[in-house]
Amino acid sequence: MHEYPVTEQIIKIASEKAKENKAIKVNRITLVVGEQSGFIGESIQMYFDIISRGSLCEGAILEIENVKAKWKCLTCDITYPRQPYSFACPKCGQDGVPTDIGKEFYIKSIEVEVP
Amino acid sequence: MASIEKIDVVQDIYEENDRIALETKESLGKKGIFVINVMGSPGAGKTSCIINIIKNMPEENFYVIEGDIESEIDTMKLKELGINAIQINTNGVCHLDAPTVQNYTKKINIDKPGILFIENIGNLVCPAEFQIGEHIKMLICSTAEGSDKPYKYPLAFEKANIILLTKCDLKEFVDFDDDFFRKGVRGLNRKAPVFEVNAKNGEGFREVVEWIKKNR
Repeated sequence: MHEYPVTEQIIKIASEKAKENKAIKVNRITLVVGEQSGFIGESIQMYFDIISRGSLCEGAILEIENVKAKWKCLTCDITYPRQPYSFACPKCGQDGVPTDIGKEFYIKSIEVEVP
Repeated sequence: MASIEKIDVVQDIYEENDRIALETKESLGKKGIFVINVMGSPGAGKTSCIINIIKNMPEENFYVIEGDIESEIDTMKLKELGINAIQINTNGVCHLDAPTVQNYTKKINIDKPGILFIENIGNLVCPAEFQIGEHIKMLICSTAEGSDKPYKYPLAFEKANIILLTKCDLKEFVDFDDDFFRKGVRGLNRKAPVFEVNAKNGEGFREVVEWIKKNR
């Protein structure tokens, strides 16, 4: 959800960074999108192709790095992916705690053309 | 001839929203205002809980920003009780965000220190994702919604600083499984206390008010 305003924001951030570096075009934008960030990469791509027209980002390729959500076991000090309806650590069976792994949503880098 | 360069950005998409949220929180904090973001499904009891808390803190000053997609029903209810309330209608947007809230905080006349409730749009999904300038997030969850809500909507439960379980008088009629619910909450959130309340007769709100006073 919210992919439209979020895509506008991605284009804004990427265009500003490009201008800061005197670039004339953005060729590629690498996004890190966590499984639990609430965003669907394909939906962002769909809006991106439309909204980017006329901007420095027009025609840019969106590269999306997906990150799987991980929980942390405080006893075993390991991180692990959750099973449905369970927070249990695969090693000791105790319930772990959520981490920030899987909640990422940021622009990692852009590739630009500089004259 | 043009050359290709890679530029590291590492910028969060929500950075601008979060920056504005922090501005709001700090500027209201300086005026002695404690901001509570009240979230929960439609019909969970958000407005009723706000009213009960206000009734249990007669010595305090309150301000309320009411968020709804449409209508002024909740704001009218609050105003009839003499509460200083202002309505936001988002006309379709499913959550409040920091720029919208900042705009409205400038429209209220904040003349004394006190507590500002921002009642978010009835929605167990999106509000949890957005900082709007609050000091704490209060999640309202009713027994009638079912005991599996923490498992299905983890972010809301994870982000909450305090959880009010409402409509506790209905537990037996809706087959509410306390253990399953609490296990779900604890798996996501070790810190937030769960207060069982009944907004119709006011049960449980004294304890909620004690918590607010201690954690302000």
